[in-house]
Amino acid sequence: MSVFDGLRFRKVYSPIHNLDPRIKFGYVIAIFVVAIIFYQVIPLLVLFFMQIPFVLLARVQRQWLRSLRGAAFLATFIFVVNVATTYFTSGYHLTAFNVENAAAMTLRFVVLVESFSVFFLTTSPDHLGLALEESRVPYEFAFAFTTAVRFVPVLAEEAQTIMDAQKARGLELEKGGLLKRIRNYVPVLIPLIVSAIRRSLELAEAMESRAWGATKKRTNLYLLRLHKGDFGLLAITVGILVVAVYIHFFVHIPTIASLF
Amino acid sequence: MIEAQDIRYSYPNKVEALKGVSLTIKDGEFVAIMGQNGAGKSTLVKHFNGLLKPSQGKVLVDGVQTTKSSVAALARNVGFVFQNPDHQLFSETVEEEIAFALKNFGFQPEVIEQRVTWALNLLSLTQYRKTSPFLLSGGERKRVALASVLAWDPKTLILDEPTIGQDHEQKEKLRQFIMQMQTQKKTVVTVTHDVEFVAECNPRVVLMKEGKIVADGEGKEILTDPALLELSSIVLPQIAQVFTKLAPLGFPKDIIDLYEAKQIILKAKESRNLK
Ligand SMILES: Nc1ncnc2c1ncn2[C@@H]1O[C@H](COP(=O)(O)OP(=O)(O)OP(=O)(O)O)[C@@H](O)[C@H]1O
Ligand SMILES: [Mg+2]
Repeated sequence: MSVFDGLRFRKVYSPIHNLDPRIKFGYVIAIFVVAIIFYQVIPLLVLFFMQIPFVLLARVQRQWLRSLRGAAFLATFIFVVNVATTYFTSGYHLTAFNVENAAAMTLRFVVLVESFSVFFLTTSPDHLGLALEESRVPYEFAFAFTTAVRFVPVLAEEAQTIMDAQKARGLELEKGGLLKRIRNYVPVLIPLIVSAIRRSLELAEAMESRAWGATKKRTNLYLLRLHKGDFGLLAITVGILVVAVYIHFFVHIPTIASLF
Repeated sequence: MIEAQDIRYSYPNKVEALKGVSLTIKDGEFVAIMGQNGAGKSTLVKHFNGLLKPSQGKVLVDGVQTTKSSVAALARNVGFVFQNPDHQLFSETVEEEIAFALKNFGFQPEVIEQRVTWALNLLSLTQYRKTSPFLLSGGERKRVALASVLAWDPKTLILDEPTIGQDHEQKEKLRQFIMQMQTQKKTVVTVTHDVEFVAECNPRVVLMKEGKIVADGEGKEILTDPALLELSSIVLPQIAQVFTKLAPLGFPKDIIDLYEAKQIILKAKESRNLK
């Protein structure tokens, strides 16, 4: 759950929240690409620390930390599996270089999580929908997407209520062996799915009775306009890409082990 | 017996829903908890079967602190019917839905069979025994949810908004059922906005506002106090409204019961001592 918490938007006003979602998404993709290009620890570490000013500016450090903590388990898993596979495939032999490689893989994952987390933490579903629409995504899809995002917390809350209702009827979720435990969730999942379906049908009826799809061309109350900050972020994004490509092709990156 | 001792509760998002609530409900009592939306009624009653544990203070159910017991263990004695039946229905047939809790509590198959039949009959659901609960109407689903809890015959029954979506006949049945539970010395706690229902049952009324109890007493006293009810956005029961209007003529104000009202009016007519 904590990973989702780190992706959940909360309304705050900050320079980062006000940025155009399209540019912000471009930035995230750029970070994504750069993280894929490099397989050494040092540039990935730099990439990791580069996000921190954004997080602080957006004042979402608490939720951001929580998403990192949520990703910690998976990160540990990636690290262990990487180390283990090189250990076993290289004939029970492990070098500092191998460990560093595994660390780089893990760091790559962490960078991806952190940048996506910043993006989702600072972009409201409405803005996202607007961005999709203005990128010529059909309105139906944009709407379905934003609605889905918006209903995630509602669904999580509902799951809690359902669990409470079943516990009140003597259901013990943590009882029994593995198979029994999985079966224990049936009384939670069925009401959850049924009520999600029921809700979506009701939503569809309510939308249609408010003239959903009556005209082909919709107008929007809010429009996305690029501001100074957006151009700034665009410049940063392009800068990062150029520098990264340059370093990748023309600069020798030392491994940490070779520094000592 | 349920005792809440100065409990406070904050949800994970830091909303403080209970701000120091103390309440004792004795065995065999019938209590209606009322108050405006968001007053903390549901939050309070969820403490009575251990679904929520107080952030401060303690809740004792029959002398046992809820933090020291599992919900499943507490539930055997404290039945809780949720506001929305769709949050619990999952079985293929109404019959299985009602048997669910009985199986959880480890009843014998013959006993389960017998209890299911009893509960179906009690809530006039026998004809739907083999029907899927999802095909029933809203009010019927609510009754299935109620039956699924009544089936194990808990000592204390907690009802969150039981009258919503019920027609008059079902409400009347519910009222009679609660009265019947009273004669068996069972405790009933109901959260409700239905003033007329409360007026007909005349239970002890606990009035909540913003996470605190603002009044606690006989239904007759509280439901006829316009200032108090205004504070909690509740309207007076219709009979009380009539008698408030009639008060200048010398009628008593604190009347909420139809039968009592009729007696007073008949007596007044006979003696003709209307001012
Ligand atoms: N799961 C939750 N997470 C966070 N806050 C909650 C949650 N449930 C309730 N609250 C908050 O706690 C307060 C009390 O809620 P509660 O559900 O107890 O009210 P209520 O008296 O039952 O209201 P209603 O008449 O609408 O059922 C409200 O301010 C509500 O917003
Ligand atoms: Mg409630």
